[in-house]
Amino acid sequence: MVAASPEVTYNSKIEGDITVTRVDAAINWLRTNSMWPMPMGLACCAIELMATASSRFDIARFGAEVMRFSPRQSDCMIVAGTVTYKMAPVVRRIYDQMAAPKWVIAMGACASSGGMYRSYATLQGVDRIIPVDVYVSGCPPRPEALLDALMKLQAKVRQEPALKKQFSAA
Amino acid sequence: MTTDVALPTAVSLQFPSAAPRPSLDCPAFNVPADGALALLHYLRDTQGYDFLMDVTAIDWSAEVSPRFTVVWHLYSSTKHTYVRVAAECASDAEPAMPTATGLWAGADWHEREAYDMFGIKFTGHPDLRRILMWDAYPYFPLRKEFPLAGLPTEMSDADINAEIGVGVISAPMVGGPFVATPGEPMSAAEPRAKDEAWSEKREKPE
Ligand code: SF4
Repeated sequence: MVAASPEVTYNSKIEGDITVTRVDAAINWLRTNSMWPMPMGLACCAIELMATASSRFDIARFGAEVMRFSPRQSDCMIVAGTVTYKMAPVVRRIYDQMAAPKWVIAMGACASSGGMYRSYATLQGVDRIIPVDVYVSGCPPRPEALLDALMKLQAKVRQEPALKKQFSAA
Repeated sequence: MTTDVALPTAVSLQFPSAAPRPSLDCPAFNVPADGALALLHYLRDTQGYDFLMDVTAIDWSAEVSPRFTVVWHLYSSTKHTYVRVAAECASDAEPAMPTATGLWAGADWHEREAYDMFGIKFTGHPDLRRILMWDAYPYFPLRKEFPLAGLPTEMSDADINAEIGVGVISAPMVGGPFVATPGEPMSAAEPRAKDEAWSEKREKPE
């Protein structure tokens, strides 16, 4: 009779401390619950973004309270406000500097479509320069709407193959 | 609002070339471009108009000559009254005006804005660059012939421009422009009546 090697056999003493899962599910669980936003506050919508972050609405309940002003440390750019053509290359450059995986929420009418600014100075929707994952309607959207967008984004991330975004540029 | 009633007489004695300009509120004067600075200087030092409220310009459209008028608004912090001074630019193609930055440091940004929007060169300005649009922007947006929707051009950053392909485009005007004009019947004044959307039936205006 061959004695089973203690390293490779099932050890009943640690049963219950092991969870079996898929890599995708585990990685996405980590990602969705600590999604650090890059607050791209460009106009009035940024005020609502600040309200979302403060105590009354408390975006920390969804793991996104760590606003990072460095693109290197952030996962999700929240474009809150009117993107002018003068600012657009800057927004794009900051997006390029964010490390993959990265997502974008277009908050409000201006970021989604140019809003009421049908003029020579305003970019007609931030999706002309960066890929947008979730659009939020409203002028400005209420903080609840932004939280809802964040939850929608989390639902989307949960369904993604976890490594797909790691190596793609977008 | 109080008005400086003594001012028009005092100015016309000192500056015979300054003609009264029709005005509904404060005293206003038309001066020749080369006499504008002397009048502004007099208003500041002798009449107590120490605060330059605004420098702006008017484009009377390409058919009118002289086409551009520069307007200064002054305020007196002792008399609590306003005065307006206007001067026409001699050239319609290369409008220019002497700078008032020597009299008020605050004229700097106002003049840069007037240059940015109308293309009026303020001669002697220490740093006449665009202030709102980026430096390489080819148009002057508040000129009459410039459409509200804008004209296609490049964005300021060359490599980002190359990456995204199309830079600045004309804004869609479906349902707009979104401004109401006073004095018209409501059906003609409201934004919806001014729909500049183009369709198969209505050609895009050139
Ligand atoms: S959508 Fe409305 S509130 Fe938001 S930036 Fe635009 S104008 Fe401001």
